[in-house]
Amino acid sequence: MSQSALAVELKGIWKRFPGVIANSDINLKVTSGTVHAIVGENGAGKSTLMKILYGMQKADEGTISINGSDLVFNSPSDAIDSGIGMVHQHFMLADNFTVLENIVLGSEPKNGIRLDFAKARKQISDIAAENGLAVDPDVLVSELGVGDRQRIEILKVLYRGAKILILDEPTAVLVPHEVDELFNTLRDLKKEGLTVIFISHKLDEVLSIADEITVIRQGTTVGSVNPHTQNVSARDLAEMMVGNELPTPDAVGDTIQDEVVLKVENLSVFAKGGKAIVDDISFQIRAGEIVGIAGVEGNGQAEILDALMGIESASGRVQFKDEDITNKSTRHRRELGIGFIPEDRHRQALMLEAPLWENRMLGHQTKAPNAKGMWLTPRSAKADTKRIVEEYDVRTPNIDVLASALSGGNQQKLIVGREMSGEPKLLIAAHPTRGVDVGAQAAIWDHIRHARQSGLAVLLVSADLDELIGLSDNIKILLRGKFVADADPATVTPQELGTAMTGAGEAA
Amino acid sequence: MNLRRIGTSLIAPAIGLFVSLAVTAVILVAIGASVSTVFSSMWNYGTSPRAMSLMLNLATIYFLSALAVSIGFKMNLFNIGVNGQYVLAALAAAVVASNLTLPKVASVSITIFVAMFVGAAWAGISAWLKVARGVSEVISTIMLNFIAIGIISYIIVRTPIGTETSLNIRGTKAIPETGMLRGIAFIDPGTQIYGFFFIAIFIGVAYWFLLNRTRFGFDLRATGKSATAARTSGVQSNRMIYVTMLLSGAVAGLVGLPYLLGDTGSYTLQFPTDWGFIGIAIALLGRNNPLGIALGAILWAFLDISSGQLVLEGVPREISTIMQGLIVIVVVISYEVVRRYQVKSEQTSVAKALAKQEASV
Ligand SMILES: Nc1ncnc2c1ncn2[C@@H]1O[C@H](COP(=O)(O)OP(=O)(O)OP(=O)(O)O)[C@@H](O)[C@H]1O
Ligand SMILES: [Mg+2]
Repeated sequence: MSQSALAVELKGIWKRFPGVIANSDINLKVTSGTVHAIVGENGAGKSTLMKILYGMQKADEGTISINGSDLVFNSPSDAIDSGIGMVHQHFMLADNFTVLENIVLGSEPKNGIRLDFAKARKQISDIAAENGLAVDPDVLVSELGVGDRQRIEILKVLYRGAKILILDEPTAVLVPHEVDELFNTLRDLKKEGLTVIFISHKLDEVLSIADEITVIRQGTTVGSVNPHTQNVSARDLAEMMVGNELPTPDAVGDTIQDEVVLKVENLSVFAKGGKAIVDDISFQIRAGEIVGIAGVEGNGQAEILDALMGIESASGRVQFKDEDITNKSTRHRRELGIGFIPEDRHRQALMLEAPLWENRMLGHQTKAPNAKGMWLTPRSAKADTKRIVEEYDVRTPNIDVLASALSGGNQQKLIVGREMSGEPKLLIAAHPTRGVDVGAQAAIWDHIRHARQSGLAVLLVSADLDELIGLSDNIKILLRGKFVADADPATVTPQELGTAMTGAGEAA
Repeated sequence: MNLRRIGTSLIAPAIGLFVSLAVTAVILVAIGASVSTVFSSMWNYGTSPRAMSLMLNLATIYFLSALAVSIGFKMNLFNIGVNGQYVLAALAAAVVASNLTLPKVASVSITIFVAMFVGAAWAGISAWLKVARGVSEVISTIMLNFIAIGIISYIIVRTPIGTETSLNIRGTKAIPETGMLRGIAFIDPGTQIYGFFFIAIFIGVAYWFLLNRTRFGFDLRATGKSATAARTSGVQSNRMIYVTMLLSGAVAGLVGLPYLLGDTGSYTLQFPTDWGFIGIAIALLGRNNPLGIALGAILWAFLDISSGQLVLEGVPREISTIMQGLIVIVVVISYEVVRRYQVKSEQTSVAKALAKQEASV
């Protein structure tokens, strides 16, 4: 191994935030030309460490050395100059720009003073072809699903000449075949001599792609394993991360009751041009039942959920228990006891610049414990926020910190805790455990199963097929806005489901 | 912890004041004036009972104007049209009040209602343009300022509503004494403090409660922090735009009343028309917080009032305008600097505390 040079070496990195130490004495060695995975619980300090390596945040102490030379990064542009590129946990593309514009944004190709788009287009298609990253440069980003957005983020980074690629939870919302495509790309990049640092909570994936895995626990590196030479299982990894054994979720039997909680008839959502994004779907959910929707992102999931919450206008009929809520406001629906975990937590579920306890009120600001009549009741809202923080194991110094200070997974736990509060009758959830570590994921599943026993109906959209199969009583396969088939979670395998979702199973 | 926060939020304005005093001193030296005489004469005059009374009166006006602006600011709605809203409201109030022959309480209440209604209606046009036509409120409120001034000149110059007033200038008919809300002289026996001073305090408290203790206030702040998240939480954004703009306009409608009902008794062509812009500066100074706004308004009024002294000392009175501008800029910058310093110092103290804990475990 002595011939292998180090692409990145981090020594003694410390980073403190108010009330938490995000990184304490982290040491990390990444060999050039490998895929190096970093795993750890929510809030372990992974994203922070990567932001330091990318020059977005400054370490309090410690040194960064790239290809053997010690460097100081004052901004991402310094890091980019040293050949480092990063794709963030939360995408940062501009919706109303085309793919091409997004890629060149910030490093515009110049020809004299004119922007030389022709040259950029050529360069991009070269890079894309070399690495098997097919994209159409002229479509608007707002029209693309997450898989495509991901590819664009990677292209954008490669276009800037990155030789060391940081991917923060790139697979969190990808379905299996998209993950396979991504991994093929990564293998190609590796062949080209690039180095990839990869963060993920999906330990099986980590084991399949990584050449080396570093485990971070409570802000410090607790060990490194090489999956090629050492025999490690996902369970071993998880236990290294948590420091003790994983809890096992207890299975619950059939809890479906007779009462129909949600009844949807002929629901359609149309795009601006008149094209149906959701095309005439009908289904119902009974109390204690979990209905899962399987589908590649961008086939209408987000629109179905928004339509059911009254955020997006739709045609058709929606009935909640005995009430026709087709034309009811979002607020009215929430007051009836419909909880909502939206797909995009930063845009839809949080006020990043507000303290946690105010975020506890969001979406529930008309009911106890947050309000009484027209008056807010901050004291009881704060008390209840403390309860959520404890029950859902949100890692935070206190409830007065801003939501933006929480790690991605901890933000998600807070949102889930909030939406499960007040005994909702119906939970509409998109990727409820997105970005949540394995331990917390099991805990969230437990919470959902538990609530379901007392009659909660759930509509579940998830890219995590194990989650979908493990929780649902009934799975509907969504393709281009239509339910094309049902799957029985008792018998279907993730592979079969994955195939059916892409439409390959349609003929069969 | 809380004390410390209050402390640091006072540091920023203190720095602002100090830096602008220092810069002003440099300017004074540059134009050859004596720094100490100018400052001490401003201070001596500014702290005299009469000047303090005048200051509170002016601050009352500024306070109302800044509150109107900051209601909108809280949800990222920029009501630049306080000027137009209050002049129209004051004109309407003057016309109505001068035709009322009712007991004081009834007359003044009706006048206040009319002013708030007109201010709200004028602001409502911008809300409607924004919701129905997507016109930015910044643009529409600025245009409506011009239109309002035009309408007023027309009414006063060309219609029978305008007459020659006792001040030898065209204006509305004088409001009878029963329609006025003069005030009481409690600092300087010769100068009354507007009755609106107390109304303004009440409105400041009501503003705080509305924003921080009601569901409506939460919806408003949520919309300001994230429009998409607010919408998902059940806030109807169009309705919020209407309600907020109408509220802002209603408060703006009050801006001209302290002066109208406490002093002139008539809306004349000389009625000041730029209190709305001062309100924007003070809302920035006070960070949309009623207490901060009150302090900002008093400081601004102090500089206005004592600027008369400058002339006596042979210094151009524009010096005080320069100081006002400096204060806004320096305070806005130092808020940011102080905030960063605060985060840093908190980090190190917390890290120390955690390190001690770990060591003892
Ligand atoms: N800007 C910030 N201000 C204050 N605290 C922060 C900030 N950013 C992160 N933290 C804290 O630092 C710790 C590490 O966060 P980080 O985002 O690195 O976690 P992570 O390992 O990426 O977790 P996840 O898997 O949930 O994304 C957390 O406790 C978080 O609350
Ligand atoms: Mg993270």
